Amino acid sequence: MSDLLNVSSGPHVRDRLTTGKIMGIVLLALLPASGYGIWHFGVNAAILIVVSVAACVLTELVYELIMKQPVTIGDLSAAVTGLLLALNMPPTAAWWLPVIGGVFAIVFVKMLFGGLGQNFMNPALAGRCFLVICFAARMTNFNYDGMTSATPLALIKAGNSVNVRDMVLGNIAGTVGETSVIAIVAGACIMIGFGIIDLKIPASYLITFFIFMGLFAGHGWDMNYLTAQLAGGGLMLGAFFMATDYATCPITDKGKIVYGICLGIMTGIFRCFSSSAEGVSFAIIFCNLLVPLIEKYTLPKCFGKGGEI
Amino acid sequence: MAGFTFKGGVHPYEGKELTKDKPIKRFIPEGDMVFPLSQHIGAPAKSVVKKGDRVLAGQLIAEAGGFVSANIYSSVSGTVKSIGPHRVATGDMVESITIENDGLFEAAEPLPIGDIAEMSKQDVIDAVSLAGIVGMGGAGFPTHVKLSPKEPDKIYYCIVNCSECEPYLTSDYRRMIEEPEKLVAGLKIILCLFEHAEGILAVEDNKPDCIQKLRELTIDEKRITVKPLKTKYPQGAERQLIYATTKRAINSSMLPADAGCIVNNVDTVVSIYHAIIEKRPLTERIVTVTGDAVREPQNYLVPIGTSYSQLLEASGGFKTTPAKVVSGGPMMGFAMFDLDVPIIKTSSAITCFTEDEVAKYKPSNCINCGRCADVCPGRVIPARLADFAENNDVEKFLEYNGMECCECGCCSYICPAKRQLTQSIKTMRKLILANKKKK
Repeated sequence: MSDLLNVSSGPHVRDRLTTGKIMGIVLLALLPASGYGIWHFGVNAAILIVVSVAACVLTELVYELIMKQPVTIGDLSAAVTGLLLALNMPPTAAWWLPVIGGVFAIVFVKMLFGGLGQNFMNPALAGRCFLVICFAARMTNFNYDGMTSATPLALIKAGNSVNVRDMVLGNIAGTVGETSVIAIVAGACIMIGFGIIDLKIPASYLITFFIFMGLFAGHGWDMNYLTAQLAGGGLMLGAFFMATDYATCPITDKGKIVYGICLGIMTGIFRCFSSSAEGVSFAIIFCNLLVPLIEKYTLPKCFGKGGEI
Repeated sequence: MAGFTFKGGVHPYEGKELTKDKPIKRFIPEGDMVFPLSQHIGAPAKSVVKKGDRVLAGQLIAEAGGFVSANIYSSVSGTVKSIGPHRVATGDMVESITIENDGLFEAAEPLPIGDIAEMSKQDVIDAVSLAGIVGMGGAGFPTHVKLSPKEPDKIYYCIVNCSECEPYLTSDYRRMIEEPEKLVAGLKIILCLFEHAEGILAVEDNKPDCIQKLRELTIDEKRITVKPLKTKYPQGAERQLIYATTKRAINSSMLPADAGCIVNNVDTVVSIYHAIIEKRPLTERIVTVTGDAVREPQNYLVPIGTSYSQLLEASGGFKTTPAKVVSGGPMMGFAMFDLDVPIIKTSSAITCFTEDEVAKYKPSNCINCGRCADVCPGRVIPARLADFAENNDVEKFLEYNGMECCECGCCSYICPAKRQLTQSIKTMRKLILANKKKK
């Protein structure tokens, strides 16, 4: 035989799922929320989405070219970061805001720490929090129906009442992608259906948050209030799309549940006791920092030592 | 069918339809036959022939080099041509006896084994040892050692591994379809050794015809049950198989006997039957020649010592240039660079691929998705273990239970970043075991 045979260590077959395909499915799952955002808020939402995705992808490309690293934009992770960042922008934001946020997210949170999978906090949320701190007024200007209006959570905090039905449908003020619970849950179902995420983190997060608010928010078990808290302020987007970010959540099953509980408590604390009405973004990036610790104390038992059951 | 199972595992493409319905064909080899002296775990056998000797088919050519070792018999008649190193499937050079096959297949006297009815337990074990039987599923552990646990009274299950979970392989399947009575008779011989034991035939539920056949055959056997297993790789891994069938779990530092179990592979049990009833030593086995690069995939009954390349020629050779040729199945087999390699007691298949999936995908960054941990039958975290292995961090590797890895390959198979997880972990494990031996 003249041709040389390939030699490698086993196994010699591979599953067809790749990182790129996973990210592609996440993008697909974000389509309902993005689509609703554009329909609800109009053309500026579309501009923000396009600019933000382009900024993140180009930043990664340029960084890798300058640093002479292999180009990895094909894995679509930068596009996911860009889209998530756009969905976390107020619909009135100027186009250059997500550019600044995207560059910060990709360069300082992702690439400087070693690229995909090495980032210690969620790049999109870190980018958003960076913008919230630097451009507080612009990042909290929620314009809706042609007039400046407050988000439902801000209204509640000020002592007003809100329409929960509108919140579930998304017919409210808020960031580009956070308003419609239905669109977000539809996307989450796509991810769960494809086996991209499971319910450990979202369920433990939402349940803990619900209980925390019932106990400490001062409204008791008023279902109207609690449902508004669950549906508002990007909690759904955060719980399904950002808390479940692989790189910044624990790899162990038990750790995922502990992480979800921490998230629920942190979000509750921010919402009840901080001056701002929201707190999902800060809760998630704060809990991202706890992940190595959580993982250390939730190592699974192995087979034959109690882990087989 | 509610199958018995374990936690974890993967579902690679089975590929069994290529050879599933091909009856076992006897292969008659020509030319030189090569018998490596190390076809099993343990001490290499010691040659008892010298260059120029004439040997007969079924004649002892190398005797066990210790208790954990096995006799080796010639599968053909002919003349000993040389004794020296020869390449084997793993790529190593192993001291081997080469016999020039005269094509006459002149048979030696049958083994001096008495009538089963008059044999003591020790006689049966001695006969198994005499016949040179080793675990034919792949590991090659000498069977007589397995059959001699410290406390035979505490063996409660004799499990026959009929799962054949490795993709593409159909050698055990054909054996069960064509000679199920030998399998059952072999198991009954094993059960004679362990009075308190129940016999379990554990078959994956993708082989309903085998389950049916074995159930019919054992309907009156009070001590034997057929247990259908969920079809999943690595259902046939020893620890997972024991757990699936008995709910007893052992870790890497325990033996099956510690859980009251003895596990043997289909062909091994049939070889025990051949030895005790037909007085024949282990000189042949069933080999599946398969894969999309082979012209006529087939199951062969092959004399041990036959070269892989001859067997491939018999299957019509390659229809397209193969990218990779694997001794064994795609999950745990060895990729070969040289096909002039002999079939040994543990060679279950030769699988030829036109495309190498390993080369097709480039490894990339871990995304921490946790799929490796989800599928790991050892319930460890392969992504972390591979990191520790790559950083040579022995302490952390041990802390994260690295030694509990059974090297089944599920993590590398499932990894979306296409990391070489199994390879890194395997290398580290070898290193640690080697250092332990030194001390």
